[in-house]
Amino acid sequence: MIIKCPYCGPRDVIEFIYQGDATRTRPEPASDDRAAWNAYVYDRTNPSGSHSEYWLHSGGCRQHLLVTRDVSTHAISSVVFARDAAVSAKSGELA
Amino acid sequence: MTSSRLSKGGRIDRSKSVRFTFDGKAYSGHPGDTLASALLANGITLFGRSFKYHRPRGVFAAGSDEPNALVTVFTGDVREPNVRTTELEIYDGLVTQSQNRFPSLEHDWMAVNQLAGPLFSAGFYYKTFMGPAIGPLRGTRFWMFCEKFIRRAAGLGKAGTAADPDRYERMNAFCDVLVVGSGPAGLIAAEAAATTGARVIIAEERPVAGGSLLASGELIDGRNPAVWAREKAAALANMPNVRFLTRTSVWGYYDGNVLTAVEHVSDYKPNRTKGQPRQRHWVVRTGRTVLATGAFERPIVFPGNDCPGVMLADAVRRFAIEYGVAAGNNVTLFTNNDSAYDAARALSQAGVNVTAIIDVRSDVSGTCRDIASVAGAELLLAHAVTGTHAGKTLSSITVQHFNAETGRVSGAPREIKTDCLGVSGGWSPAIHLASQAGGKPDWDEDLQAFLPPEPNQNWVTTGSAAGYMDTISVLSDAATKGSAKSRLVLPHVEAPMLDASPAPVFEIEPSIKSQKAFVDFQHDVTADDIRLAYREGFHSVEHLKRYTTLGMATDQGKTSNVPGLAIMADVRGITIPQAGTTRFRPPFTPVSLGAIAGERYGDLRPHRLTPMHDWHLANSARTYEAGLWHRPMIYGSHGETVEQAYTREARAVRQSVGIVDVSTLGKIDIQGPDAAEFLDRIYTNMFSTLPVGKARYGLMLREDGIAFDDGTTWRLAETQFLMTTTTANAGTVMQHLEFFSDCIWPDLRVHLTSVTDVWAGSAISGPKSRAVLEACVIGTKVDNVALPFMGIVHGKIDGIPVMICRLSFSGELAYEVYCGAGFGTKVWEALLAAGNPFDIMPYGLEALGTLRIEKGHVTGAEIDGRTTAHDLHLDWMLSKKKPYIGSAMIGREGLKDENRLSLVGLISMDNQSITGGSHIVTDPVPREPADSFGHVTAACYSPALGKYIALALVKHGTSMIGNRAFATDLLRDKHCPVEIVSHHMFDPEGSRMHG
Ligand SMILES: [Zn+2]
Repeated sequence: MIIKCPYCGPRDVIEFIYQGDATRTRPEPASDDRAAWNAYVYDRTNPSGSHSEYWLHSGGCRQHLLVTRDVSTHAISSVVFARDAAVSAKSGELA
Repeated sequence: MTSSRLSKGGRIDRSKSVRFTFDGKAYSGHPGDTLASALLANGITLFGRSFKYHRPRGVFAAGSDEPNALVTVFTGDVREPNVRTTELEIYDGLVTQSQNRFPSLEHDWMAVNQLAGPLFSAGFYYKTFMGPAIGPLRGTRFWMFCEKFIRRAAGLGKAGTAADPDRYERMNAFCDVLVVGSGPAGLIAAEAAATTGARVIIAEERPVAGGSLLASGELIDGRNPAVWAREKAAALANMPNVRFLTRTSVWGYYDGNVLTAVEHVSDYKPNRTKGQPRQRHWVVRTGRTVLATGAFERPIVFPGNDCPGVMLADAVRRFAIEYGVAAGNNVTLFTNNDSAYDAARALSQAGVNVTAIIDVRSDVSGTCRDIASVAGAELLLAHAVTGTHAGKTLSSITVQHFNAETGRVSGAPREIKTDCLGVSGGWSPAIHLASQAGGKPDWDEDLQAFLPPEPNQNWVTTGSAAGYMDTISVLSDAATKGSAKSRLVLPHVEAPMLDASPAPVFEIEPSIKSQKAFVDFQHDVTADDIRLAYREGFHSVEHLKRYTTLGMATDQGKTSNVPGLAIMADVRGITIPQAGTTRFRPPFTPVSLGAIAGERYGDLRPHRLTPMHDWHLANSARTYEAGLWHRPMIYGSHGETVEQAYTREARAVRQSVGIVDVSTLGKIDIQGPDAAEFLDRIYTNMFSTLPVGKARYGLMLREDGIAFDDGTTWRLAETQFLMTTTTANAGTVMQHLEFFSDCIWPDLRVHLTSVTDVWAGSAISGPKSRAVLEACVIGTKVDNVALPFMGIVHGKIDGIPVMICRLSFSGELAYEVYCGAGFGTKVWEALLAAGNPFDIMPYGLEALGTLRIEKGHVTGAEIDGRTTAHDLHLDWMLSKKKPYIGSAMIGREGLKDENRLSLVGLISMDNQSITGGSHIVTDPVPREPADSFGHVTAACYSPALGKYIALALVKHGTSMIGNRAFATDLLRDKHCPVEIVSHHMFDPEGSRMHG
């Protein structure tokens, strides 16, 4: 598998570390909603098809990437910096 | 069967001879021969014994699809088993041996296995594993009893035990277009791509380009197609943007258009050029792949189809045209399609005598009839072969009337003398790589074969791999598949008009069962085995494959896949596409592990050494590996045991002063306006309140509330912290911080840098440690006011800038002295010199461990991924004023359960050592299984207490204090009475480190 890092270019998967499901939302730090925390920490939907997930380019620029990957074909449709995605998600919330 | 060399023909060099041995006998062949063609030319037709039944087998195919004719190749002491004779190029001095026979190929004792046929039928291994339900051999014990006999009787070649002396290489290659195969399709596709300027790699598994053109009876531009192919290949290889790899088998297709291949660089040569590897492993990353992998002819299954002399029709043709070898004197052909007539034409042109063509179809075209009559072959339409007669090789076949519509055999059997029967059951596109890439293949009713799936990556198939079975359409397809912009002028092809679609006949089942009819030759799976599997309930192809082992041998079912599916579909009364097919997996052909490993063998781990490593070695340190790091265990004195050494070192720390290398601790530089806020969220305790110039011990949890790592973090400036982590977790903590900074809190302005290797660290501990510093540090005071507990100062030692923090892991008055890594030894030696008047003692990890066990400080042995802060009595570090990672989850009832294991100390009651990993039990007698209620995490002899002590995680830990128990370790034969005590075993008030 080859991941096109926005900073480093197309790189082999051995340079990356899988960092998990990027679809879950972390509750507000002070939240005491047990169910929400439990879902965030443990629940994964394991879908077939398109999935968004975090990959750390540990052997390259050490940025976390938000990768959209079809888990049945491994075809990658989008790669962006996770930081940028998180920032725009937060500004979306505020708007 | 009397095979022999023809007087002319073949791409062999008849002017030279090559000497080799097979089963101890010397033979000769010519350069260009494979072992199979050379042995056939010498009249050898018996090549080996079969897997289960030890039946005599000959060569069946002429390429990488060969199931039968496998040999072991010997090079000195090294043996390589299961080498396909049809691919093995002979060279002077080649030593080969047939396989799976005892004591010799001609006289094989295990051939009696044939009489025990039912015993070895489908599912034999599964049934045997179950064993009888009762008795001494019940269950798998029966298997264990039988195994050594069965292992000897069944199997392929034996693996060697000698180390492989050969060298292998690895290559990474990048290209715009990778073309797999260099038959007519591959050559034209490569040319089309290369003329557009693309970077092209062509991989051909055989020694020469040409594929089907090498054994074709057609003409291209009026010339021999093999010559046309050779010139085309040479022209391509000369292009600067083309890399042409021969003897290179592409064996794997992975995601992202990454393909793997093995190039046989020199293993076909008698003497290797100095420095040449035996094989080279390629990982090719390509923009686009053109799969021009050709097609495999498949057999028709009929009784007695496995004796030497029965081969694929195309193999008979290839031996004649490519190698100038007649596989028999009187060749007969048995077919359900037109391609056998093309073979007959080519064979008779090459001077091979074709006496009869048996065709299951009731009618054939005029072209076919003409070919048969020109070749002088009797044409038997609506007939099928229903049996063979053979001793060690074929002497005659039985044919009967056959109705292709009903599949019924009828009429009187007729005997036809023949020593070689070429069989053609149609052609299956070689879709292996396309299937590996992931798609489900499509059944084509016309070709009665699976076509490649829809591409799911940037690849195309072309030529016969894509279902084009005549040269003209192959070439025009290849030109467009090679490049959409192709303007190639295609050559003129002269070929007979033949129809590629076979009659849907896969098996001939005679009315009276006589001989076994084999589907998978390499695993000895018969048509009846498939029917038996069905009767026993194994209906899906996946179950069928595993139960019968069909297609699971080293040839991966190249010849058996479609016939096996057809028989299964037939018993189930469904069509072949309904039965479905299994997905092909890498490797396409067997790959040696040496080639995959390349130069990567032996100890591949990096060795991490601290800046003071050489000093340690020069001062009699015994080191061991802690993760990747090499760290001093003890500094040995002559005649001392390890225990004596660490006891001496630890005692020196408590009595005067010791020094230990702590450079391995993980160190992360954290900077930014929000650095303090970031740490407040990461750590369970507060860091924003930490004054500049002070350090604080911190604890991190995972999101699920379990303890993760601990260490001290130093505030160097308002917006700068230096975090230290445990040695083992340095990498994972960095990753953890980066994840939260990148993905969760991108709004925090903080920057993380790993500085582990930037700093050298020396810890000096003991009542005299301050005196040592006072003697060598300039530029700062180090007294209790200037440098209080957890204080940080900057100064110089021996002219080197240092940063000193007063903190203690040993429980003594102690300091960590950090300097630039390049000056580590200089500062270390300066500290030693200053400590000389106090008999400063360098100490290793064993003494470090002893000191912390005495104090009850935790490390990775206790922060083991299962314990909570509460279990480790670190509740006092859990801030109630702020949320932090894990804070929402620590309150869960499972994490507060009273039955959880918690940290205690143990003291040995019989003055014997306690071993790490011992279980805590109440039973005074060692037994198995014991009712364990805890385990020992770390143990040592404590010089401070004069006793053997340990730390343990014990159920109801705190309330068990004062009780007695036993630390039991049945593996080491230990059962030690212990008293459970508080984990603070030495100086619980901490008066010494505050002193
Ligand atoms: Zn990168």
